[in-house]
Amino acid sequence: MRIIFEKRKSMSRKAMFLVPAGSFLISLILTAILLAIFKANPWATYVAMFKGAFGSWPNFTETLVKAIPLMLTGLGVLIAFRLKFWNIGAEGQLTFGGIAAAWVALFWSPNLPQWTVLPVAILMGMLAGALWAGIPALLKVRLKVDEVLTTLMLNYVAILFAEHLYYGPWRDPKGFGFPGTPPFPEFAWLPRIAGRAHMGLIFAIVLAVVIWFILNRTRWGFELKVIGNNPTAAQTQGIRIARNIMIALLFAGALSGLAGVCEVTGISRRLQQGLSIGYGYTAIIVAWLAQLNPIAAIFVALLIAALLVGGDQVQMMMGLPAAMGLVLQGMLLFPMLAGALFTEYKLRLIRSPKITDAATKQEQVAT
Amino acid sequence: MIELLTSLLAITLRSGTSLIYATIGEIYTERSGVLNLGIEGMMLMSAVTSFAVVYHTGSLLLAILTAMAVGGLLASVHAFLSITMRANQVVSGLSITLFGAGMASFLGQRLGPETNSGYLVGLVGAKFEPLNIPVLSRIPVVGALFNQDILTYIVYLVLPLAWYYLYKTRNGLNLRAVGENPQTADAMGINVGKVRYIYTIIGGMLVGIGGAHLSLSYAPGWTENITGGRGWIVIALVIFSMWNPARAIWGALLFGGINAVQFRLQASGTNIPASYLNMLPYLATVVVLVMLTWWEALSKRVGAPSSLAKSYMREDK
Repeated sequence: MRIIFEKRKSMSRKAMFLVPAGSFLISLILTAILLAIFKANPWATYVAMFKGAFGSWPNFTETLVKAIPLMLTGLGVLIAFRLKFWNIGAEGQLTFGGIAAAWVALFWSPNLPQWTVLPVAILMGMLAGALWAGIPALLKVRLKVDEVLTTLMLNYVAILFAEHLYYGPWRDPKGFGFPGTPPFPEFAWLPRIAGRAHMGLIFAIVLAVVIWFILNRTRWGFELKVIGNNPTAAQTQGIRIARNIMIALLFAGALSGLAGVCEVTGISRRLQQGLSIGYGYTAIIVAWLAQLNPIAAIFVALLIAALLVGGDQVQMMMGLPAAMGLVLQGMLLFPMLAGALFTEYKLRLIRSPKITDAATKQEQVAT
Repeated sequence: MIELLTSLLAITLRSGTSLIYATIGEIYTERSGVLNLGIEGMMLMSAVTSFAVVYHTGSLLLAILTAMAVGGLLASVHAFLSITMRANQVVSGLSITLFGAGMASFLGQRLGPETNSGYLVGLVGAKFEPLNIPVLSRIPVVGALFNQDILTYIVYLVLPLAWYYLYKTRNGLNLRAVGENPQTADAMGINVGKVRYIYTIIGGMLVGIGGAHLSLSYAPGWTENITGGRGWIVIALVIFSMWNPARAIWGALLFGGINAVQFRLQASGTNIPASYLNMLPYLATVVVLVMLTWWEALSKRVGAPSSLAKSYMREDK
């Protein structure tokens, strides 16, 4: 008896729903076992995490604060992934968005009418993110340079450049050596909605709907789908692949850039150390768990943010490391990745070994 | 001047050792066609577990073996997901890094002694001490090569062996064939899945030694984020060495050397921004990558395994 994988004729709808739901359950069980090994009560931990993330209005707004950059970068990554362009560079694109916004807020603002500073900062931040994504995209379409590695490397260049700025020329002279720029003027602050949760939330939700519409209801969205699923077919249909990849990646970079703008103008109100706590990488997980669906990405980002905030709370309340949130994320992904296979393939048991034996014998005879 | 060079070389080698182990490991993994982006998490996990073992047992050998086991185990998770379950290798590797980083931080607060309420941070355990090789270690400059710990000496052996195995043995040929063209390799009677499993796990074990070198020699003890992004540098180094284990030394020396020069610059209070210096290796990697791709387009083989990060499924044929 042998087990083989058989390709399904179309993606299984049932599997598309069951796999994420099952993965979530499995990850809870696996992590519970882990917690029990280290003498922590899993149930109490989960309750504490849930309460930490959703238990009160202030906690919930903190979950939103962490969810916003995940939503925006998640959307950026998702568009690129639809084209099978493995954009790992959201972290760097976000950082450059933050740098550009800080540049506008700190150095352009004296020469601009006050009410234009924030919109200009947003535009420049999106442009900076787009340019930072444009470099690997151009290298990919012109020279076929592998994008996984270039986007990854450019993250470090961006982060180090930001470090150079707030440790060096842009450092706050009154900051007592604190690694950060001076605070932005008040008119460059992104308005907050609730707690520290800011306007970025509205941007993210609106953009998610717009992107869903573009991907599913427009000609361009259709072209992107064909390029992602079957580049050869795209070529024969006369779709301009290189141009589409460039546009999609500039768009993706702009979204991550916007996440950076929102972080510096909405949360820290200056460019400082710890601009991104790995949002750009977590974004990949968001995109993946959402199965590249922009609407789903909003909810997945919220869930992942809840794990992060819940992790912090667990640290305060139960003395467990905040890293529990990361562990849970990893545990969530393993079964999800393993299960993804079942949306495209199904298992089949071949029961009668005699037939296969006969078949191999025939083959041997033939050769 | 000679003293300066000697000390620069010594620091370079000390910080380069872990990079070389991990780079050779990842080269073997990628040669089989598997891209593992989980190195950062694997190095963190092996650093924390090996230090815990050395703290409780005092045995450095046991610590190294633990690190290899942990690295191999995490690599086998990646192997299972990406080879058996045909998962996306980029996402699978990243989730190993996420999990490993979180778990290492968790273990760092659980594997310590009761007296320290489970924390490992700040504790001192046995470590690999530099061993002077008589006579050789007194040669100016080059002497730095012979004033290292045992793991660095082993690296001197591993480098040529890894090169020889890959290019001059039957197994090495099979490994390259699997990474290059799995269909053909399969037709030749090579078990593609098995080969990929083996070298992903061996690669993980080497990455594990790299992680252990950090907590047992380079920066003895456990601190959060002890790797400081070295796992990602390794990904760059693999490209830098064009998937040839023998060349892993140059990249590691460059990255390690930048570390050492910085050390010096900071000490002397020079005003060159450290960030620019730090950026160099990453920018250099992008440039190398562009040149390699261009070079390959001129149909000159440089060694990038063509089926890297692509899963292989017999039934799809």
